[in-house]
Amino acid sequence: MREKRDLKVQAIEKGTVIDHIPAGQALNVLHILGISGDFKSTVSFVMNAQGARGKKDVVKIEGKEINVGELNKIALIAPGATVNIIRNFEVKRKYNVIIPNYIEGVLRCINPNCISNSKEPIKSKFAVLQSEEKEVFLRCVYCNSIIYENIVRHLF
Amino acid sequence: MKLLNSFCFSDAGLYITKPEEQKVKSQGFPLKDRMSFKNRHIISMKDFSREEIDFVLDTAEKLEPAARGLEKSRLLDGKLVALLFFEPSTRTRLSFETAVNRLGGKTINLGSVEASSVMKGENLADTIRVVSGYADVIVMRHPKDGAGRMASEFSSVPIINGGDGSVHHPTQTILDLYTIRRESHLEGLKIAMAGDLKYGRTVHSLCQALALYGADMTFVSPPELRMPPEIVRELKRQKIRVKETDSFEGIIGDVEVLYMTRVQRERFPDPEEYLKVADSLRIDAKLLKAAKPELKVLHPLPRVNEIEHDVDSTPHACYFEQAFYGVPTRMALLALVAGVIK
Repeated sequence: MREKRDLKVQAIEKGTVIDHIPAGQALNVLHILGISGDFKSTVSFVMNAQGARGKKDVVKIEGKEINVGELNKIALIAPGATVNIIRNFEVKRKYNVIIPNYIEGVLRCINPNCISNSKEPIKSKFAVLQSEEKEVFLRCVYCNSIIYENIVRHLF
Repeated sequence: MKLLNSFCFSDAGLYITKPEEQKVKSQGFPLKDRMSFKNRHIISMKDFSREEIDFVLDTAEKLEPAARGLEKSRLLDGKLVALLFFEPSTRTRLSFETAVNRLGGKTINLGSVEASSVMKGENLADTIRVVSGYADVIVMRHPKDGAGRMASEFSSVPIINGGDGSVHHPTQTILDLYTIRRESHLEGLKIAMAGDLKYGRTVHSLCQALALYGADMTFVSPPELRMPPEIVRELKRQKIRVKETDSFEGIIGDVEVLYMTRVQRERFPDPEEYLKVADSLRIDAKLLKAAKPELKVLHPLPRVNEIEHDVDSTPHACYFEQAFYGVPTRMALLALVAGVIK
């Protein structure tokens, strides 16, 4: 069983492994990381893999250690994910992605009349909230507009 | 700097930060300091606790004789208040100007936007930085949503938000609450709000503030102009009794305050539909015969035709007094943020 799973996604020498991504969000994670068809290194991902806590997605990126800005964006769509920085086939650092309570300069407000969408020298600011159903939503600090869904579409 | 969790790699390139400490107090400081209004921005009703609202209303009541010209006040003597109105306003601008004058202060004025540096392309942040070097308090109205909050980030003096876009207008809510307290009562009020409840920032803000006092609310509007569901949900979460309807039938005889708002013609692509809706939300003296004697009718003004003129002479009409109460409430806020009343 173990061998079969290993065949699905090879171990990487250097780079990042993002595990426990909510099922179906792997493509959005790649979008956040700016990984498209012209990315030169090896990228592998698994969608809807059966994990101990239900279905999940996994992304492995050869040769790229993701930065804190990228991580903060991933946190919005993949709370509960784990990030492993790999060097020489070993996990060098491991982080749990936790939903922030405040983000700045990450998304564009959905309200075209919001002051953060004007020529003013400010970054967008959002309070990050969770519904009773544990769904993440964002409230603009300036205009109170709420982003309930398709968060990834509003990322800068 | 404390980030959010265990995943921060370094302090470089932080996208997630806590709001910076500001020179001027805004939301988010410890409760024990909150009753100090000196140097505090007035941006949104969400920044107020019930105790703070009560304190502002108490202060307004003490200043009411001065607002009526029955007493003289020199509380703002030597203070300069900048009035930056980036869009047209009659009552808000005039009542602020009256409030400053009644307190013995002086105003400086942006004048028309066309004649100001805004026309040269200056952004709001720079305007605020410059004017906060001139004045002790800035009162601002701006067409952009959230402009008040942004101005507070760039100002070294308190900003009082006189309305920004379609979101915040805290001084209107304070004067509405003051009117209700003076003319009726705040605790456990039975209130109906009628008209454009979908886009009307005054009703959104007022019902959220009234929820702090417990209230029985009825929302009267056509289906297309209903109160936003997220507000209704939040009110119900706070155990507020909410009823939604599209006519005054069975409502008038039951409420203590009727808060009317204007239905704007531009919300309706079809003029016929507008007329139909506007007609169904019109009140007159005949309709008010079914009201309790103590019913008070409020309206943020200007009215178009939603309140017939024959209501003006009934004891229910309260909207002109409500407009006057804008003066003592704005006097209170000015005096508090300027630190001349503690």
